[in-house]
Amino acid sequence: MSKSSITKLLDAKGVRHDGRKFNELRPVTMKVGVLENADGSAYIEFGKNKIMAAVYGPREVHPKHMSVPDRSVLRCRYHMTPFSTDTRKNPAPSRREIEISKVIREGLEPALILTDYPRTAIEVYLEVLQSDGGSRCASITAASLALADAGINMRDLVVGCAAGKIEGRVVVDLDDVEDKEGEGDMPMAILPNLGQVTLLQLDGRFSRKEFDEAFKLAKDGCMKVYDIQRKALMEKYFGAEETGEQ
Amino acid sequence: MNSKMSKKSLVVEHLKRAQMLDVLTKGVRLDGRGLLDYRPITIETGIIEKANGSAKVRIGNTEVIAGVKVQTGAPFEDTPDQGLLIVTAEVLPLASAYAEPGPPNEDAIELARVADRGIRESGVVDLKELCLVKGKNVLAVFIDVSVLNVDGNLFDAVSYAAVAALLSSTMPKYEVTAEGVKDTGKTIPLPVKLTPISITMVLIGNTIIVDPTLDEESVMTARITIASADKNTICAGQKGNPGGFTEEQVMLAIDTAISKGEEIRKMLKKGVGHGKKQK
Repeated sequence: MSKSSITKLLDAKGVRHDGRKFNELRPVTMKVGVLENADGSAYIEFGKNKIMAAVYGPREVHPKHMSVPDRSVLRCRYHMTPFSTDTRKNPAPSRREIEISKVIREGLEPALILTDYPRTAIEVYLEVLQSDGGSRCASITAASLALADAGINMRDLVVGCAAGKIEGRVVVDLDDVEDKEGEGDMPMAILPNLGQVTLLQLDGRFSRKEFDEAFKLAKDGCMKVYDIQRKALMEKYFGAEETGEQ
Repeated sequence: MNSKMSKKSLVVEHLKRAQMLDVLTKGVRLDGRGLLDYRPITIETGIIEKANGSAKVRIGNTEVIAGVKVQTGAPFEDTPDQGLLIVTAEVLPLASAYAEPGPPNEDAIELARVADRGIRESGVVDLKELCLVKGKNVLAVFIDVSVLNVDGNLFDAVSYAAVAALLSSTMPKYEVTAEGVKDTGKTIPLPVKLTPISITMVLIGNTIIVDPTLDEESVMTARITIASADKNTICAGQKGNPGGFTEEQVMLAIDTAISKGEEIRKMLKKGVGHGKKQK
């Protein structure tokens, strides 16, 4: 990580170091169907995050004994390229990446109707090409687009957005610097139409009131991202409609 | 919770799921507890003489042991004036018929990382007090937790053991002299500032219960662990398992974590003293 020269995360007017308001997201763009070989794919840019998501399956399970008789096995790998960070990242999966893979998989699963594909595997690959704060939220958003693109039966899309705390103030969607220098981060993912929270993590310190604020900001953030996500999906399959630019 | 354990769970799932859901709607559990009751918790500290602090925690049949070791080390480049605090957790092969030796699987990694967040990120120890020579010498506090017997709710057991071990821990007193850092042979208490307490809840059907047993974990749809530092501060959180919570359920979980957390914090503080042997 580079030494940041930013000492103030919020100025006197409550404007953040990159000029955003407390409830403002970074620019978000998404595109569906970006990889030739994958059964479904999506690309997301969320601030400086650049993340590629691909889905393979439903396909045969390897090794075979891992298959489940009444449903599909969902697998998920979140991985960062060595060049995605300020100092080179060791390409081997870290403990952080293994944990994130797990929470993303568990965040996606409630949206999928896995019983429609017995004895198969559905594999989700997430490659962070460039990282910024909030990469797990951007990843889960892209993953659900790629799953939809692969034609997997779904109850809802999954959309992620974080809230956090910087200089005592609860704000939405932390970037790298805010994540590192701030006092707390709360990534969240929801099923926007079913009203379910499927990913929730929290570190740092939040009072009960701050938690409520953070929850609301993250939820509102998710709904904004959901709008862009839906448009990206519609653009591939129905054309015409412009993708969201914030 | 462990994928290897789920083989046992499959059987339980079919046999007990219906029965469990049935009794839960009446507000009780298969072992007779209320929805928000913990199993009996016992905490012993000062059980490992060679460690600076140690604790064994039992929640029902779940049993874990934590040890604290304090040694000198070099600080991280970006925090030259702070000591180190590292929490690890491991499910030993002797803890269950389904645990295996070898590198930790994702469940074990999640367990260790959630415990680490609940403790380190909450600012439980004042790391500035662990600095000896800025940029060169600091104290590193290692809290290693081993699971001895698995019967559900490892997250809370690991968290209580780590905190109890920390609260009972001493650290060597060092002297900074011209030649370098010297161990005086004396010990002082570790500067512990907070008592973070994690509360784990799971969703079975539409009911949220605390402190799930392994059987209950095998039929849960979702899990949530919330740690509080005091009665108004939440300091870590992790939702787990495939499955979701509604907004109301999340809020209920937060409130429960705070109120239950206070109860357990009192109990934990009462049973632990600095470097004293306690039963």
